[in-house]
Amino acid sequence: MKQKFDIIESTCVPVKIDNLDTDQIIPARFLKQTVRDEGFYGQMLFCDRRFNADGSPKAGFPLNDSRYSGCILVAGANFGCGSSREHAAWALAGYGFRVVVSSSFADIHRQNELNNFVLPVQVSAAFLENLFAAVEAEPSTVVRVDVPAQTISFDGHTESFELDPYKKICLMNAQDDIDYLLSTIDDIERYEKSHS
Amino acid sequence: MKTIFDKIWDSHVVNSIHDGPQQLYIDRLYCHEVTSPQAFEGLRSRGLKPLRPGRIFCMPDHNTPTVDQDKPIKDPVSRSQVETLQRNAAEFGLEYYGLDSPDNGIIHVVGPEKGLSLPGMTIVCGDSHTSTHGAVGAVAFGIGTSEVEMVLASQCILQRKPRTMRITVNGTLGKCVTAKDLALYLMSRISTSGATGYFIEYAGQAVRALSMEGRLTLCNLSIEMGARGGLIAPDQTTFDYLKGRPYAPEGEDWDKAVEYWKSLCSEPDAVFDYELEFDAADITPMVTYGTNPGAGVGIGGVIPDDATDRELEYMGFRRGEKMLGKKIDYVFLGACTNGRIEDFRAFCSVVKGRKKSPGVTAWLVPGSRQVERQIESEGLGDILRQAGFELRRPGCSACLAMNEDKIPAYKYALSTSNRNFEGRQGPLSRTLLCSPMVAAASALSGVISDPRELV
Repeated sequence: MKQKFDIIESTCVPVKIDNLDTDQIIPARFLKQTVRDEGFYGQMLFCDRRFNADGSPKAGFPLNDSRYSGCILVAGANFGCGSSREHAAWALAGYGFRVVVSSSFADIHRQNELNNFVLPVQVSAAFLENLFAAVEAEPSTVVRVDVPAQTISFDGHTESFELDPYKKICLMNAQDDIDYLLSTIDDIERYEKSHS
Repeated sequence: MKTIFDKIWDSHVVNSIHDGPQQLYIDRLYCHEVTSPQAFEGLRSRGLKPLRPGRIFCMPDHNTPTVDQDKPIKDPVSRSQVETLQRNAAEFGLEYYGLDSPDNGIIHVVGPEKGLSLPGMTIVCGDSHTSTHGAVGAVAFGIGTSEVEMVLASQCILQRKPRTMRITVNGTLGKCVTAKDLALYLMSRISTSGATGYFIEYAGQAVRALSMEGRLTLCNLSIEMGARGGLIAPDQTTFDYLKGRPYAPEGEDWDKAVEYWKSLCSEPDAVFDYELEFDAADITPMVTYGTNPGAGVGIGGVIPDDATDRELEYMGFRRGEKMLGKKIDYVFLGACTNGRIEDFRAFCSVVKGRKKSPGVTAWLVPGSRQVERQIESEGLGDILRQAGFELRRPGCSACLAMNEDKIPAYKYALSTSNRNFEGRQGPLSRTLLCSPMVAAASALSGVISDPRELV
C-alpha cells in the first residue's frame, strides 16, 4: 500500500531465524489468487511456522506471542532468499509490518519490499544481536526508524542504514516507479530508435 | 576493461537517475500465471496497455497438472489463474503458449529452446529462476510483480547495477559429475547468500566444456547462491545450439548476429568486484542433507557437524550419518533446473536395462512439450517404460507443488529441482537435491546411490 514514510516508532516482533526464504514467508499453495489481496496474504504470513496443520496457532512462534506486537519485524540474516514471489512482501504489508530489520536481505525480496512500501533496514550483525536481546528481555522496547535521517535507534543504540536516495524520495512521497517510468516514454522511444 | 555483464547492461541503459537506479531497457519479458495477474490488473487500473507487446511471451507452467493435461484443470483456483493469463494475453495481443499448444512448457525451458532468449539480451520474468537464460550470454534476472507491471507499462525497469563476480572453474569434471553437481558444490562452498548483490560470470575450462543444457542448469542455480543472475559468454556451443531455432535470426541476419555475439566477452583486463576460483577435480556427485540448497555434501560424505539442529530435526537426520544408503520414497526428475533433454538422456544412461525399485514413486516430468517429443523420438521413453518408469506431462510440477504433485509429510524425495526449503514440495516434505544421474541410480535401489558404480 502506498503510504508516506517519515519517522516510525514502534515495538517489534522478533523472529530470530536466519535464511527465512520466501516459501516460508508465504508458501506456494497460497499464490493462486489473481488479485493483490494483502489482507489474505497477511493472514497467511509465515503460515507453516505460525500455525499447526489444524489451523491452531503454534505456541512459541513470536507472531503468536502476545508479548510482541508492533509494525517492525526483526528477522535473522539473509531474509527473503529464494523465490521472487512478491506475495511475500504483500504478506508482510498485509500483516501490518512497515519495517523489516535484518543484517542482510536477498536482492529481489528487498526490492519487492521497497515497491510495496515496506522498508528493509539493514543493520550490522552486532546491532541486530543487541536488538534481539533487548526486545526479548523487554518486549515493550521501542525502536525508532528515522527515514529522513536514515537512522535506527533503541535504548541508546543508534546505527545509520543505507537507502537509495531515489527510493527514499519515493517512500517519503508515496510515489512508485511506474509514475517515473511513464514520464520517460520519449526517452524510451529515442533509445529504441538508436538501437534498432 | 569491460566485463560481458557491463557491455550488455550499459548498452541497455535508457536513463541514469542521479544518485539512484538506472532505467534499463528490457528485450524480453516472460510471464507465467502466478506472478503476472496482479501486474496486468495494475496496468488496467492505470488505464494502460503493454508498451511493446511483441517483446512479451506468456505461458502457464506453475499450476499445470502433469496428468490429464487435455482435460480442464480440476482445482478451480489453479484453473482460474491459468485462464486469467490466457485472457490477459488475448486482451493485450501477447504471444501465449497454453496447455493446448505444442510450444507449452516451463518458461525457462521454452525460452532458450525456441531461440527467444539470445546473447546480448536483457531478459526478465516474475520468477527467480530467470537467471537460467544467462546461459546463452544474456543478462537475465527475476523480478517481482510490481516490476512486471513496470516492464508491461514501459518496457523498462529501474535497477541498481549489481556488482560483478567471476567464478572460474578450472580442469575437467569427472565421471557422472554434472553441471548440477558443480552448482551444488559452489553453493556448499559459498552458501546461499555468498553472491548476494552480485551478478556472476561463470568461466574456466570446466564451464566452457558444458553443453548448453548444462550451462542452463548452472545459470539457473545462480539465484540459489544469492546472485541476481549468472551468465556465460557465448561461444560456438551457444551458436550451434541456437542456429535454426524458431526465433533465432536467419541468413545474413544470423551472420551479423554471430559477429556481434562474438564481441560479448569480458576483456582480458576486465576487473570484477570479486573473483573465485575452483578446481573441477575436487567435485563429486553431490546431494543435500539440509533445508537450504547450500547444505550439500559429496555423495560419499557424511552430514557435517555444522548442520543446524532445526534442519536435522526437520529432515530426520543426525550429524555424522552417511548419505549413501539412506532410504528414499520419491524421485522427481524435472523442473527448470533439470527438465531438459540432456537430463533425460543422463537419467536413461543409468536406468537402461535395469528396473525401478518397487518402493520408490518416481515422477519424471519433461520441461516442455518439445522435450517430451524428443524423449519419444530418441527412444528414451521406451527405455524408461521398460525400466518401470512412467512419464508425466510438462510443467513445474513437484518443484514447488502448486499443482497436485505434492510430496507427503515426512517422505523423502530425491529431487533434481532447485530448492529443499521446508515445505517446498509439500507441507513437511523432506527434499534432497541431486543430479539426474544420482536420482536415477537411487530410483533403482530405493536408497541414495552413487551413479559412478553403474555407468
